[in-house]
Amino acid sequence: MSFQHLLPGNLYYMIELVNIKKSFGDREILKDVTATMESGKVNLIIGASGSGKTVMMKCMVGLMEVDAGHIQYDKQNFTNLDVAGRKELRKQIGMLFQSSALFDSMTVEQNVMFPLDMFSMGTLREKKKRVLECLDRVNLKDAAKKLPAEISGGMKKRVGIARAIVLNPKYLFCDEPNSGLDPQTSLVIDQLIKELTHENNMTTVINTHDMNTVMESGDHIVYMFQGQKQWEGNNKDIIFSKDQKLNDFIFASEFLREAKEMRQMDMFKDKDWREQFKKQAEAGSDEKKAAE
Amino acid sequence: MEFKFFSLFGQFLLMLKGMFTKPENFRMYWKEFMNQCVDIGIGSLGIVVIISIFMGGVTTLQTAYQLVSNFVPKSTIAQVVRDTIVLEFAPTLTCIVLAGVIGSKIASELGNMRVSEQIDAIEIMGINTKGYLLFPKIAASMLMIPALVIIAGFLGIWGGKTAGVMSGIISNDEYWRGLRQEFKPYNVFFALTKSYAFAFIISTIPSFYGYNVNGGALEIGRASTRSVVVTCILILVADYGLSALLLANG
Repeated sequence: MSFQHLLPGNLYYMIELVNIKKSFGDREILKDVTATMESGKVNLIIGASGSGKTVMMKCMVGLMEVDAGHIQYDKQNFTNLDVAGRKELRKQIGMLFQSSALFDSMTVEQNVMFPLDMFSMGTLREKKKRVLECLDRVNLKDAAKKLPAEISGGMKKRVGIARAIVLNPKYLFCDEPNSGLDPQTSLVIDQLIKELTHENNMTTVINTHDMNTVMESGDHIVYMFQGQKQWEGNNKDIIFSKDQKLNDFIFASEFLREAKEMRQMDMFKDKDWREQFKKQAEAGSDEKKAAE
Repeated sequence: MEFKFFSLFGQFLLMLKGMFTKPENFRMYWKEFMNQCVDIGIGSLGIVVIISIFMGGVTTLQTAYQLVSNFVPKSTIAQVVRDTIVLEFAPTLTCIVLAGVIGSKIASELGNMRVSEQIDAIEIMGINTKGYLLFPKIAASMLMIPALVIIAGFLGIWGGKTAGVMSGIISNDEYWRGLRQEFKPYNVFFALTKSYAFAFIISTIPSFYGYNVNGGALEIGRASTRSVVVTCILILVADYGLSALLLANG
């Protein structure tokens, strides 16, 4: 039994994955993964292609069923919930898909209004106001009357974000939000997701390959390797991590290795961080001694 | 092979069962139902009008060609045309054409939504995708396809009269007299029963194939083709079965 919900403040874990396993035929995709997605933070799931991160996200939102283990939302066991219970919980979930998944035949405004039309009892005027608020938040007020086919990939992602947040969800899932986007647009999307997470105190889970997202937005990072959780930490820990597999994945090129060293030097200039790092290193060596 | 059939049939039944839950918002379901009525009914009206008129015309010409005896009154041509159209051509031929038009539309629309993750997006919102996407299509088909069959019946008979009169085979009065000879209302009931059965097949089979598409654009095309082929075969099997069941005793 977990008592993490009794912990104060920021340690209140919103989504917990407990010993989850998933296989397709003989192929084991998720091998006993336990992880937590923390409240009010941008949680990243990173890993090479085929490491199981998309399957993990699909299991978390219920698009796939786990073979063993369970997933808890705010202490509520999602895996054992019946159809009605899941439907109710899903009203608190927003998701941005890799392909944006906008409805082709609807305008941008109608796409964002769709969840409101389905679940909100407000008047048309109130709904339109909320839609314009969301579109304004993602800087797309002028594109309200356009069809998805008439806007760019980056704009589609922003419409997808507006649609995902229109019902004020507690949980936001983003499946590779930067795929197919140029670096500048990727930055805009990352920044937007980060701001929305902190503004609304959502639990955001992002599945990504983008190293820029990892370094800029990773409040909490889970690194997956061959279906197992290999490493867990944040974007500062990652710079000093000694995990060889993680380093091989994150800092794959010469350029990135040099960038890492420069970032390390920059971070050591920060006194607070130096102190914190020392404490962590001491705690680590104490644990090692105790184990010996 | 046998197990695959049972597995598919089981999935099909589960899909049908999954549609019947309380709608999240009745107004949205109604809106979708009306959209589907327009798409399926009005969208297929043109082709139904064309094939019915020509079907009636050809039936009249071919019946007249085969009834060359002076002992057979010309009004018999209209009688044969009426029964052929009401019993077989209006329900079966129209539905075979509609299987291509509506079936491929439903399968490719749902397949595209599946591949582009739109179905997943709706599911994540907490909406029953089977109820919201499939039920309005099936309900609209059950309403509009019998209506199209009725229209096809009337237009087929009118097309037969027009072709007969224009080619001088039969006069207007003889045709009308023939239509009223030995008319059995049961034939209309039989045609409507068939049209409801075919409407169910035309809407559910493509829905099943489209909803369960896996992969990309190629698979959407394959699912669409397969759904039309299976639908046509099932229509023919159901046609034989219903005829044997409802007409065998004369």
